[in-house]
Amino acid sequence: MDLILFLIFAAIALVCAVNVVVQTHPISSAVSLIGVMGSLAILYLLLGAEFIAAAQVIVYAGAVMVLFVFTIMLLNAGRESPRGQSFMVQLLGTPVLLGLLLVLAVLARHMVPPEATVSFGAFRGGTAQAVGKALFTTYLLPFEATSILILIAIIGAVVLARKEVD
Amino acid sequence: MQLWLIPLVPLAGFAINGLFGRRFSKSLVNLFAIGSVLLSFAWVLKTVYGLGDLPTAHVEHYFTWIRSGSLDIGCDFAIDRLTAVMLLVVTGIGSLIHIYAIGYMAHEGGYYRFFAYLNLFMFFMLTLVLAANYAVLFVGWEGVGLCSYLLIGFYFDKRSATNAGNKAFIVNRIGDFGFSLAMFLIFVNFHSLDFARVFGQAPGASVGTLTTIGLLLMVGACGKSAQLPLYVWLPDAMAGPTPVSALIHAATMVTAGVYMTARSWVIYTHAPVAMHTIAIVGIATAFFAATIGLAQNDIKKVFAYSTVSQLGYMFVGIGSGAFSAGIYHLVTHAFFKALLFLGAGSVIHALSGEQDMSKMGGLRKKIPWTFWTMACAAVAIAGVPPFAGYYSKDAILVAAYQQAPWIYWLGVATAGMTAFYVFRAMFLTFFGEYRGGGHPHESPPVMLVPLGVLALLSLGGGFAFRVPDFLRGVFHAGGSVEDPTLMLISVAAGLLGIALAALMYWLKPGMADAFAGRVSGLYKLVYNKYFVDEIYDAAVVRPLVGGSRALLWKLMDTAVIDGMVNGVGAWAREVGGVLERIQSGNIRSYATWVGLGAVMLIVAMGLAGGLIR
Amino acid sequence: MSQVPTSWFLMLGAALFALGVAGFLFRRNIITVFMSIELMLNAVNLSFIAFAYQLKQVDGHLFAFFTMVVAAAEAAVGLAIILTVYRNRATLNIDDVDSMKN
Repeated sequence: MDLILFLIFAAIALVCAVNVVVQTHPISSAVSLIGVMGSLAILYLLLGAEFIAAAQVIVYAGAVMVLFVFTIMLLNAGRESPRGQSFMVQLLGTPVLLGLLLVLAVLARHMVPPEATVSFGAFRGGTAQAVGKALFTTYLLPFEATSILILIAIIGAVVLARKEVD
Repeated sequence: MQLWLIPLVPLAGFAINGLFGRRFSKSLVNLFAIGSVLLSFAWVLKTVYGLGDLPTAHVEHYFTWIRSGSLDIGCDFAIDRLTAVMLLVVTGIGSLIHIYAIGYMAHEGGYYRFFAYLNLFMFFMLTLVLAANYAVLFVGWEGVGLCSYLLIGFYFDKRSATNAGNKAFIVNRIGDFGFSLAMFLIFVNFHSLDFARVFGQAPGASVGTLTTIGLLLMVGACGKSAQLPLYVWLPDAMAGPTPVSALIHAATMVTAGVYMTARSWVIYTHAPVAMHTIAIVGIATAFFAATIGLAQNDIKKVFAYSTVSQLGYMFVGIGSGAFSAGIYHLVTHAFFKALLFLGAGSVIHALSGEQDMSKMGGLRKKIPWTFWTMACAAVAIAGVPPFAGYYSKDAILVAAYQQAPWIYWLGVATAGMTAFYVFRAMFLTFFGEYRGGGHPHESPPVMLVPLGVLALLSLGGGFAFRVPDFLRGVFHAGGSVEDPTLMLISVAAGLLGIALAALMYWLKPGMADAFAGRVSGLYKLVYNKYFVDEIYDAAVVRPLVGGSRALLWKLMDTAVIDGMVNGVGAWAREVGGVLERIQSGNIRSYATWVGLGAVMLIVAMGLAGGLIR
Repeated sequence: MSQVPTSWFLMLGAALFALGVAGFLFRRNIITVFMSIELMLNAVNLSFIAFAYQLKQVDGHLFAFFTMVVAAAEAAVGLAIILTVYRNRATLNIDDVDSMKN
């Protein structure tokens, strides 16, 4: 059962991710990205991360991507015009990409013992309670710091996006 | 015994006159300058009087100068009878010349500077003489070289003077190089530069080592004491004021080489080859310089070559094992050579600057004091008994005969030439008709009194100061040999020289020129000092300067070193130019580079952590 | 077998990350580039959660949480910058933003 779920949603995630990269119109990429995030949320559930899955859907898919869509709307972004590539990107881009893929794949194989498996429900430590507890004890300092970070980001975004007053 | 007072008082005189002399009156400058030297002389007298027999040197250690590894050099002064003799000569003759200089330099500019330098010279010379190890001696050695340079170039607005100063210093440096090598060898072999320790160990060292050390020390002595082939600076040094020529280039500095080799007698007695080399160099120099002195017209140049020649004599004495005879001649030579120079200075002063003897003549009536005192010096240097030069010169010649008779015969010939050219100078200057255009006037008493004192010393110094007896305990060498026949021959040679000079320059004045006309080629050669300076210039100086310019300057400095330094800068710019192209402004290419770097980093970390095999 | 090997999650994360890099390198529209960045961040989150499962600790979740927070802040500011750039240069082509050249 877990295997089937994994395969389905992994496939969806991959297809949507490819779509993000391949589509010419930004809005299509944005919608595909929402799809990726959704399927990832399911996969998180599989891995026992209930809280994170919920946060993923609410924050990521629900807020960040909406922000993206609004911006695309605001800018009236159209299809991307086909134009030349930079030389360096052409030359190195593909090898870098393939190299990266290869390295990561190899690492991924070796990082965990081959017999380790994931089954739904095997890890129960991802509840909101557990996350909250860790957040307010061990990770209190990063928590507070990120609060300030968000504050700064808000101020920064407001300042940057303001229309010039003359 | 407070030996340090002896050099330090003149040093104080130098400091006071050097720093404040510009504002002093002449009398105040005199007070400090002359006073310090006289005080030093007085202290020397007191010290020597209380010296006693002194089987070993009395050493005073003041402070440790250098201590590095096994090298331990202290600032040590020592006194034994040899030092005592030198001290008396330096301070005694030094005082007389200082007094003389009051009159001679009265009308010259830079009065206080002159006396400051002179005092500084006294300090260094006394340090040299009092030194108890080679290092302190070398300090004095270099210091007197410096003062010689300063004083030769005293009239610094004259090109000839500054060139002569440079020449003296540079040629001396060559000698100093030899001296330095000798010191290195001494340290390597004996692990000390202390006289006592070195001479204690020297008899046990190998003959080859001692010979090498001896020869290298001789090179140093050749530089300082103007022997072949490093004598060329001394005649040019006559560009300095005459008291300088008298003090430094007759009585004291040039004798430093003789003193140094005499002090190292232990090394030489165990290295016969080196000692014999010294004798050969000495007699060659003596003969060679005497021939040049025959034809010179500048009165100071005659005496300069005479000094070179007489120094050669001293080295013959050293080289024949008669160390005390060499020192004896040093003492008597100080008397009569200083007198000759001071007298020449008096003549020049009388003629308001004229130095060319062809423009002199008949001066004995006009400046009688100068004439009679110089005459005393002339008979002394000619070796006429019983005056000073006779005793010392014969002691050397007799010792030379024991070593190698040919040296004796050359020495006799040189003695004859010495008498000849000195009396030639006397006759040309004082006899005949006055050929110049000036108004000769006698010098002031302040100049004449030292002349008188030196005249007495030249006449009586020989039998009054029995230097070899005084030094018997120092050198442990054999006693002086008396051989009446040899002495008679050398005296005869001297008298012959006087007679010949009298004939050619007094009784029959035209004879000299006629003779010169018949041997015109030889005469030209001798008159131009065998073109030695020109040969040195062409063979050594010009290639060196040219080579330095072409090789060291243009090639090494400009091309290689500047090239390297500038090249590094240019290369950095090149590399920067290449790397600049990464900064394309294109964000995606930046990202590509980042990606590449990230991949490499991950691979590296994986390899290091053992995850990727 | 109804159990998924953990390494498959990691490989999925790697694939998503590589796709994000590809999008970043080869797309010219700024907004698309941004979205590729978000894709990369998501891939990383997946890795964190997978390792948290592996090690049976909740710290991985915390890391993912903070990553999300920072990504959100970054998205906000980044989009504001894109707006400003668009206003000043009237272009959404990343190659045109090259005034850092040399």
